[in-house]
Amino acid sequence: MSLRNPPRPAGDFSGTDETQLDEFGSPRRRNPLRWGRRSSRPPWLSIFIVLFVLILPALLADLITVHDPLRGVLGDRLAPPMWMDGGTSTYPLGTDKQGRDILTRLIYGARISLTVSSLTIIIGAVIGSSLGLLAGYFGGWIDRFVSWLIDTFLSLPHVLLALVIVAAIGPSFVTIVAIIAVTIWASFARQVRGETLSVRETEYVARARVAGAQPWRILLRHVLPNVANTLIVLATLQVGVVILEESSLSFIGAGIPRPNPSWGVMVADGRDQILTAWWVSFFPGLAILLVVLSLNLMGDWLRDFLDPKMRQRR
Amino acid sequence: MARYIAISVVRGLLTLLAVSVLVFFLARLTGDPLDVLAPVDISREDEEALRAKWGLDKSLPAQYFAFLGNAVQGEFGPSFKYPTETAGSVILDRLPNSIKLGLVSTILTLVIGVPLGILSAVKRGSLLDRVAKGFALFGQSVPEFWLAIVLIWFVAVRWNVVPTSGITGWKSYVLPSIVISIFGIAALLRLFRSAMLETMGTEYVKLARLKGVAEQKVIWKHALKPASIAPLTFFGGIVVRMLTGATVVEIVFSWPGAGLLAYEAANARDFSVVQALALFTAAAIVIMNLAIDITYAYIDPRVRLGQKAVA
Repeated sequence: MSLRNPPRPAGDFSGTDETQLDEFGSPRRRNPLRWGRRSSRPPWLSIFIVLFVLILPALLADLITVHDPLRGVLGDRLAPPMWMDGGTSTYPLGTDKQGRDILTRLIYGARISLTVSSLTIIIGAVIGSSLGLLAGYFGGWIDRFVSWLIDTFLSLPHVLLALVIVAAIGPSFVTIVAIIAVTIWASFARQVRGETLSVRETEYVARARVAGAQPWRILLRHVLPNVANTLIVLATLQVGVVILEESSLSFIGAGIPRPNPSWGVMVADGRDQILTAWWVSFFPGLAILLVVLSLNLMGDWLRDFLDPKMRQRR
Repeated sequence: MARYIAISVVRGLLTLLAVSVLVFFLARLTGDPLDVLAPVDISREDEEALRAKWGLDKSLPAQYFAFLGNAVQGEFGPSFKYPTETAGSVILDRLPNSIKLGLVSTILTLVIGVPLGILSAVKRGSLLDRVAKGFALFGQSVPEFWLAIVLIWFVAVRWNVVPTSGITGWKSYVLPSIVISIFGIAALLRLFRSAMLETMGTEYVKLARLKGVAEQKVIWKHALKPASIAPLTFFGGIVVRMLTGATVVEIVFSWPGAGLLAYEAANARDFSVVQALALFTAAAIVIMNLAIDITYAYIDPRVRLGQKAVA
């Protein structure tokens, strides 16, 4: 490892300007997460968890639940999970202090997590990759300005920014989506800019230019398809990042407002009763941990899978 | 070198300026502070007096420049919540507690993360390596606020080994610093492991082995030195992420630091304090990035001579 990496701004875990480096600065062919023998087997358990803890509950929440996620039965306050003494199968994972079913709220919470992460990643990826393409392809002052913007946004203390907004107008769905989109577009921009820099120098782009293709055509037809794989990997990894960020902000009251069942809000709700009713806080946190962990494993696998060099070796 | 540093400083200042604009207008454009701060039945005269006192009667740009001028002097205006104190003094009261916790967490991160990363690269595929892999995955995926609560539940209450909240001696540092450093440990572990694997495969390390240099010396000198450079580029990112974690952790452990203050101030809608904290943190991050830039230029001549760092 020589002195190849340029200094990087804070908050950035995406790839460097060199496309063959992964998010932690090691070359792709040596993916640090795949520590043992490299296998091309998809991470089935992770896919299963993401599907059954995040995606399906989010899509089918209304069909698969019988309780109201917002209004509880006060008589059934703090019922323990069904396998404990006093638990019933009516509330498989117990209830909170307002008598709301934990499982139902978890399922609706998945919907919030998925909505927030899809929205922020779509916004972040569109803004980020447009700016990254422009900066990487045209260079010059555009590149300098976009690079400065990226550095600036990556060094924003976004928890504090979220608190500033909350102090001003209170928490809301729109503000949390805006805050997170503002913090993640820069990762996309940095990655796409770096890839564009190297794709720009390829033969086929040079030939397209000689053939008289317009810049926008080169960008959309020749550059974008070549950075698409990176975008898919980054988006997968960012879902986990966004879920963690959304739940942290919601936990401190700067995210999804109560009584909506964001997983972060649910952990906060049970915080004071962790000794008497541990299940209120424990399960939502476990859901976050499992989903984020699985998404990280999936992203790492996808990176290997979509890398043409790796595919040939298989 | 001087030119390079000058450019970095100017970029940093521009970044701070941008953050100040963002922080100021985010707060002011989204609502009138008096709606929340003043009593509902306030008389017109009193309201005007309050407005004048807090400078809210001037135009927005005028308010911004007043805010900026004060901020440059380290003065952030009166705290809306504690009218007798300024935002700056409220923050200075709390800051030492955050810095102490931050130092302990940073030391913990370096002392555990770096050696573990090196060891798992040296003993690649061993049990230690596999445990380290699991730990790195966990550390990067676990929500800090939840880990903090679970640790309070078990370590502080069930086993009653350390206090649950506040500062009452060195034992109070144990749980918060563990939770704050867990992400940094995981990240450094990964970084150092992959950097070490990279350098251990290079020609000069092979040559050192061929020459008969002791294995210990090969690892700790020939391989580790160049391997320490790559992780440096990520250090800024790790610190920012740990700052986020620290804010949440301070809230869970009722740690009387700047993070808890930000939370309290936001809930009390104490603008000047939240704004000052946001600017303060941004300044700290900018200075840290500057330090990283300069260290890098010091190490890598290509950077300081203004050439493209990446060939």
